[in-house]
Parts: sequence; C-alpha cells; structure tokens
Amino acid sequence: MLYPTYASRSDPFAMMRSMMRGADRFSSSRMAQPVFPAVNIWQGEDAVAITAELPGVDPADIDISVKDNMLTITGERKAPQAPEGARWHRNERGYGKFSRTIQLPYPASNDNIEARMTNGVLRIVVGRPEEDKPKKIEIRAA
Amino acid sequence: MANDMNPTVDKTEAEAPETTAGGRIYRPLTDIAETEDGVTLMLEMPGVSAENVDVTLEKRVLTIRGKVEATSSDKLQLAYAEYGEGDYERSFTLSDDFDPEKIGASVSNGVLTLTLPRVAEAQPKKIAVTAS
Repeated sequence: MLYPTYASRSDPFAMMRSMMRGADRFSSSRMAQPVFPAVNIWQGEDAVAITAELPGVDPADIDISVKDNMLTITGERKAPQAPEGARWHRNERGYGKFSRTIQLPYPASNDNIEARMTNGVLRIVVGRPEEDKPKKIEIRAA
Repeated sequence: MANDMNPTVDKTEAEAPETTAGGRIYRPLTDIAETEDGVTLMLEMPGVSAENVDVTLEKRVLTIRGKVEATSSDKLQLAYAEYGEGDYERSFTLSDDFDPEKIGASVSNGVLTLTLPRVAEAQPKKIAVTAS
C-alpha cells in the first residue's frame, strides 16, 4: 500500500504541528502506516453500518467483498489530472491503492449488504442474519 | 478512541474561531495547480453536497466553506469512530488578477473543483528589450 505524505510541503509549520501531534504515537510500540480509509462503525439491533470518507474516489473504483465476518474495502484514489505545463502549488491530497478489512460482529452474506456512496462518503449497511438474532423464549404456564 | 488501533490519516481542524453550536470545522486538503490560463483548486470535502458549498472572493481572499450533512440514523448508534464530521473552511490569498464573476465551481464525489480563469488583460505580456 502506498500512502503519500499528507503534510503540506509548502507550510512547514503545518508539518511541524502534525509531527507534534503524532509524537505520542511514536513512543508506543506501533509505528504503523496510517490506515486509509478511516471508518466509523454504527451498531443497531438489526444491522451494523460502516461509513468511510473517500473523497475523489469514483464508486466504480471501489470493491467491497465479504467472507464470513471479514469485510474488505479496496480501491484506488486516482492522482489528480492537470493540464500540460501546469505548475503545482500544493499537493496535499493522497492517492494510490488502498485496502482495509473490518471484522464484523457476525458472519454476513452478500445479499444482506447494501452500499451507498453520497458526496464522497461510503456507507455500507450489513444486515444481521436471522440465525444470529437473539430469540425470545416464551415461558408457558404449566 | 482506543489506543491500540492503527493510526489513521487525521483530518486537521481549521484555525478558525469555534462555532457557537460546538460543531467542528476542518481544513480541507487541497491541491492547487496553475497554468497560463488560470488556477485550479481541488478541495476534499466529503459529505458536502453542491448546494451547501459557499465560495466568496473578497479583497483577494478566496474563502471556501462547506456545510456537512452529518451521518445520522434512528436505528443505529455510533459505536466506534476514527474520523470526525464537521464543516469545512479554508481561505487563500490570491494574486489580484482573477475575476470573481468567472470562478467556476463543481462538486464531484466529495471533491470541490474551483477554476479561476485569469483576467485577459492580466495575462503575462512579454516586453521586448531592445539592445541600443
């Protein structure tokens, strides 16, 4: 996976600020690459939803697959196109291939997953299979 | 947020005065390219639709604001968050040879593209220097 630097090259202070912010991370054992895309996970009784911000990614370039309880989002952020002879003032946005796997609380099949993309925000809703739902046990009077 | 997770690419908060409602304001990541015809800006504003973008050019300062449509759900609750949602704001000081009337703006997949054509008379004129 390729993750181009995000810090603005033209603003050394922004870079310093981001380094300061990241300083506590370096002290931990992890020095992992940043993960893209960042995800938010929503939970409910009948479903789980995963949202991710993927600005500039064409929905056609995103691939979502599920195997048992592992959901994988892969895709590519295309490098911005500039006309011939253009001079870049800033290049803050990242691009390249990405892949992220998320563990679901239950195994899901392709037919109860729904994905939607609105304004660069991907939202995947995974329905909870019937067999995973808690069953209410009725108590009969003797 | 849990400490044992992988670090994600952070969204930077804008250096703007805080909002009255307590919402966050982020600084959209921007690519800027210049050609002889003008300048093109591409700003990442996920969650912002075309009608919620506000672009102004006043006294050479180009200000871009985007109002986010927050993800919310009646049935689902946020259980884990790696990114925050909020509005976007960023300003740039331009050289003054742009016509505010001619700024083109379009939103596609959460990226705002602004095109600022250079004013005709401001296009660079070459001055020939003659040797005496």
